[in-house]
Amino acid sequence: MGWIGTILRVNLSNGSVAKEPLNPQLARAYIGGRGLATRMLYDEIDPRFDPLGPTNKLILATGPLTGTNAPTGGRYMVVTKSPLTGAIACSNSGGYVGAEMKYAGYDLVIVEGKAPHPVYLWVNNDRVEIRDAAQAWGQSTHETEDILHNATNAEAKMCSIGPAGEKLSLTACVINDKHRAAGRSGVGAVMGSKNLKAVVFRGTRSVKVAHPHAFMQACLAAVGKLKADHGSGEGLPTYGTPGIVNVINAHGFMPTNNFQFGQFIGAERISGETIRDEILTRNKGCFACTIACARVTEVKAGQFKGSGEGPEYETVWGLGAMTGVDDLAAVTKAGYLCNELGMDTIEAGVAIATAMELFERGYIPESEIGRPLRFGDADALVEMTEKLGKVEGFGAILALGGARVAERYGHPELFMGVKKQAFAAYDGRGAQGMALGYATSNRGACHLRGYTISAEVFGVPQKVDPFAIEGKAALAKASQDATAFVDSTGTCVFTTFALGPADLHAMLELATGAGYTEDEVIKIGERIWNLERLFNLRAGLSAKDDTLPRRILEEPIPAGPAMGKVARLSEMLPEYYRLRGWDPQGVPTPEKLKELALAP
Amino acid sequence: MAKILSIIPERCTACRACELACSMKHYGEFNPARSRIKVSIFLEEAVYIPTACTQCSEAWCAKICPTTAILRNDDYMAYYVDDNKCVGCKMCVLACPFGAIELYPDHGKAEKCDLCLSIDGDPECVKFCTPKALLFTDEDAGPKAKQAATALRMKKVYKEMAG
Repeated sequence: MGWIGTILRVNLSNGSVAKEPLNPQLARAYIGGRGLATRMLYDEIDPRFDPLGPTNKLILATGPLTGTNAPTGGRYMVVTKSPLTGAIACSNSGGYVGAEMKYAGYDLVIVEGKAPHPVYLWVNNDRVEIRDAAQAWGQSTHETEDILHNATNAEAKMCSIGPAGEKLSLTACVINDKHRAAGRSGVGAVMGSKNLKAVVFRGTRSVKVAHPHAFMQACLAAVGKLKADHGSGEGLPTYGTPGIVNVINAHGFMPTNNFQFGQFIGAERISGETIRDEILTRNKGCFACTIACARVTEVKAGQFKGSGEGPEYETVWGLGAMTGVDDLAAVTKAGYLCNELGMDTIEAGVAIATAMELFERGYIPESEIGRPLRFGDADALVEMTEKLGKVEGFGAILALGGARVAERYGHPELFMGVKKQAFAAYDGRGAQGMALGYATSNRGACHLRGYTISAEVFGVPQKVDPFAIEGKAALAKASQDATAFVDSTGTCVFTTFALGPADLHAMLELATGAGYTEDEVIKIGERIWNLERLFNLRAGLSAKDDTLPRRILEEPIPAGPAMGKVARLSEMLPEYYRLRGWDPQGVPTPEKLKELALAP
Repeated sequence: MAKILSIIPERCTACRACELACSMKHYGEFNPARSRIKVSIFLEEAVYIPTACTQCSEAWCAKICPTTAILRNDDYMAYYVDDNKCVGCKMCVLACPFGAIELYPDHGKAEKCDLCLSIDGDPECVKFCTPKALLFTDEDAGPKAKQAATALRMKKVYKEMAG
């Protein structure tokens, strides 16, 4: 129960479609979503191979709580080998498509091979067709949804790629329900490499749980806690994720102008409060989500007129503070373009910011870009975002992501990220736990693999000093393991502001009846984390990749509350490896693998 | 006084928790396709509208039913389907102008929102509606609230005119 028990496997090279039973032992051990899909990918592909080649697989994965009343129980994940990082990719999204996939009758969809021409997958309950996508190819994600709704069923839910994914941009994401993104690690490019434009689901079947009455009681209790919490019950619905712009800026680690500064003078202009006052139409929830943090917005007039969803916190940072642009309309427009053309707003923003610094330092000639590209230039931001998404002109270089832009112009040190994936909107110099988390994240720099900011800023579960390094190895590990668990259930990490592992365990156990214990679920998170590590080691990554850019390690934040701080990674990393049960080279020891019942 | 399911679309966040709660309450499983309340989501226009049976005073579904399987509970003033009498003829489906009554092949009986009367009379969708777009209220609560809002607006205009 909880799981459907069926995997859909589609091979685009030979057109075969197969339904397979879900291995119950594997599901029990890895839960679903991130964990289960990573295990299957690890078992099925050679991680050394080209992520954009036909041997890579793309897995769409739900969790056992996807499609249930568990608050936020609508998540799905896109798991594959990343073309951006060469490491494991697992990008998580809400909206409606994950639940619809389960109602169609599948826990996972595994896409293999490469179609000879652009196609989309039409999954109508147990009828599955690989269909020609000529009419949608080249179109934005929004146009694609409209075209494919007409071609299939108005009630269908889908995920698709935009031009960025078709043209294999390493910033490309997979968009679902027009505005939700499985954003990071270039998963959209993998979809594009398979000539797969979209996966469309219509499902009218059931998701069953083991103990319906008790499950509903547990869900109601969780809903109550989310509502009572200041963050999930008030801050997020009212101001959305950008509600923390002013908070992080006040702490002095809002990365600004490609991490040259720790505070953004225009922060107020792109804050959740300003968004609410100026462009917010209403807030919206994803499937089964009682938090409803999404911003439905409209820029009513001016050159950046438009409507859509967002910007979220990472977007107002990546396209705003990071590029020095405080024009909310421009930042919002650039965010809309990312959704429509199918790019990760973080990777796109950081690529542009990287190019801005390279330009300002004279490392990229203006002739190469076709215009000046300075921090704070709103017109340049929107123009470059569009070019990036369409992979045209200088956009074709930006489309490779910031790491490759910096390398190309001879200054790799000016890329702000880890494992070629860009940082998120927290400067690790001002939050040491985040610095360690970025360096050790299995999918490259990422705030969502272990959100130590919860403790370092918001005091959840308890407040710790962001500048201190003591205890940060343990904090990062605990946070990483817990998140791997949450991501595998099919619920959203935002629930963790109000719900502890015990709450989520209760819902998981009542849904599945699989006999999970409360202690065990965090251990499963640790198992998943180690599995991802094994994937990366096999792919050729090593301890030398667990590092940070020179700027973060050596150049102090120049001003503000975090002035003088650098990331003290070398003081934390050995302790982190030790706590993880890894050897000094960052390799899980045989004893650790045995303890985790993790067969390499 | 009879209680009704009051729907306030401007509060709806399109999370569809009501659809889940409904299908679980009536069928013991999650299946929005079978929910008796449905949220129509117009993404482009940012409009989300939950719809369910309005419990008509003179219900065409009940009038047309040849086996009088659709009955009204006098306390709630809501209609429910007596499964023992329903023969699955679908006349009610034809008669309802709102699409609020349906038949499912595996069941073969008409299904409609009965305010959970067939179970405990405590609408499950309302319990799961966090933004309070669904309310289980006295029949006249909605109109009374609108009357009060209108009076407030009139008061303002009156004061402006007088002042």
